[in-house]
Amino acid sequence: MSLNIIVLAKQVPDTRNVGKDAMKEDGTINRAALPAIFNPEDLNALEQALRLKDAHPGSKVTLLTMGLPRAAEIIREAIYRGADAGIVLTDRALGGADTLATSYSLAQAVKKFGECDLILGGRQAIDGDTAQVGPQIAEKLGIPQVTYAEEILGIADGKITVKRRLEHGVETVKAPLPCVITVNGSAADCRPRNAKRLMKYKYAASPSELKNLGETAAARVAANPELNIQEWGAAYVEADPEQIGLAGSPTKVKTVENVVFTAKESRRLDNDDAQIEDLIKELIINHTIG
Amino acid sequence: MSDKNNLIVYCEYDEGRVADVSLELLTKGRVLADRLGVKLEAVVIGDKLDGIEEQIFPYGADTVYKVEDKRLFPYTSNPHAAVLIKLFKEIKPQVCLMGATCIGRDLGPRVSSCLHSGLTADCTSLEIGDHKDPKTGKEYTDLLYQIRPAFGGNIVATIVNPDCRPQMATVREGVMKKEIYDANHKGEVINLNAADYVDDADFVVEIIDRHIEKSKINIKNSPIIVAGGYGVGSKENFQLLFDLANTLGAEVGASRAAVDAGFIEHARQIGQTGVTVRPKLYIACGISGQIQHIAGMQESSIIISINNDPNAPINTIADYVITGDMEEIVPKLIKYYKKNSK
Repeated sequence: MSLNIIVLAKQVPDTRNVGKDAMKEDGTINRAALPAIFNPEDLNALEQALRLKDAHPGSKVTLLTMGLPRAAEIIREAIYRGADAGIVLTDRALGGADTLATSYSLAQAVKKFGECDLILGGRQAIDGDTAQVGPQIAEKLGIPQVTYAEEILGIADGKITVKRRLEHGVETVKAPLPCVITVNGSAADCRPRNAKRLMKYKYAASPSELKNLGETAAARVAANPELNIQEWGAAYVEADPEQIGLAGSPTKVKTVENVVFTAKESRRLDNDDAQIEDLIKELIINHTIG
Repeated sequence: MSDKNNLIVYCEYDEGRVADVSLELLTKGRVLADRLGVKLEAVVIGDKLDGIEEQIFPYGADTVYKVEDKRLFPYTSNPHAAVLIKLFKEIKPQVCLMGATCIGRDLGPRVSSCLHSGLTADCTSLEIGDHKDPKTGKEYTDLLYQIRPAFGGNIVATIVNPDCRPQMATVREGVMKKEIYDANHKGEVINLNAADYVDDADFVVEIIDRHIEKSKINIKNSPIIVAGGYGVGSKENFQLLFDLANTLGAEVGASRAAVDAGFIEHARQIGQTGVTVRPKLYIACGISGQIQHIAGMQESSIIISINNDPNAPINTIADYVITGDMEEIVPKLIKYYKKNSK
């Protein structure tokens, strides 16, 4: 049985290196100012999808991402690693969305995509750490969800068996297809780029990218449809303007502050036996230890 | 216009015990409900709920809704979501709080999606305050300020949910303090008929195997914590921290960087994406002090930072800073503790 799988992925700012220009005045993120990476747990999800494709020949893995046009970068990355195709859902009208408006927009894109057996995604994205979009898409599509997945154990009789990694243990569940599965970082790492695929797909590009790449690049994609990274807008997925972007977001960012901790007056010690022994004695005398 | 609808806490439980995180949220919920002048309510969904309210009332709940069916335990997403969605449509709470656990973070989004109510994950602080919409100028009183770190902890955002109800938020275990409100406090128990709230068709996901282990690691309640960061350098070097912890009767914790590097298991992670701790002594070894880590340990009574870098950010909040190699300093701490503790 071949499967039609959607992998939800996000291009995220690398939150390990955030400067002060990272936020706009309205409290939303200035993505253009930050290095962008493939959200790590979405790569774990991609690996689970590619394993299913290996086990079920003829299956198709399509990456779906919402973001700026530059998010086509992660689609190429996914294709190099084994995905078949990708769609960037991109539109100014989608900007400033909270998780609810995001999940509505992505659910509309999934509906537009048509029949699919399984929707996979990372547990959460490192820029927000909310873990909300997966379950919300499942609800919007009216299908079950399996969160915190660590390994897909198999598919049989229209049901998928999944091992979940929870705070205090593991749980194995069986869910009917189609469903949404969100994958933990504790799952298997994603396979690396495949050299042949890299050669074959390095010219894959989206319409926005082709605008800056010249006629040769455009002609190449026109002649080889597998190089086309699709771009969909809000109208194309028939999204209700009231439910997308800032307008469709029930949560509003009231204020954003840089974090400042109150500094203490510290006592400085060197790596010196006498000083360290004095500290230990002091901590014993004031009953902090011992 | 001020909202007189109630505040509700979704209570998790296992093996007959209400989860600590739920009791922490009831404690916070009581304060918020008093501020709003409304009732504090709780909802428990599951099986064998006899007398469960006795654990909840002391934390100040005025009402406990109970929904019992043997299929409602262990937790699965759709049935619990179905119960909350129907119940919230009936009782229209203005605020709903849940633990930011594997359950709360699975359930909250599903409920909020259906009710089109905003949900803020992993709040580190909850307050009540007013809000004026910067565009429309419309004024709101007594909204829930959902305060959370964003962007890997580099900033703190205050989120409000002006127009949609309930205002939903999840909070991690240990972030709020658990305190008995009144040991003799009693409220009303409302038993709801499960069949009215959940359909057979909601039981679509089947649990075929479940191994839940009581965690042997108890960093949250340890009075002394020895924590290591990326600067510890290796899994092997973490053994030094275990040696010190064993000597002092402490637990070993870690920063996200040390966990991500594979030096130590995630259950020991301290910080915004791990556990929040308030020990009387916190010994930070090779931890630079990213905001996301500091947020989870800054309320420690005494902080010792051991770091090669005299300018490590964590040093600014430390009471004692020992500059040097932790591989040399940690054995000295052990040596002089043994020498002086008798």
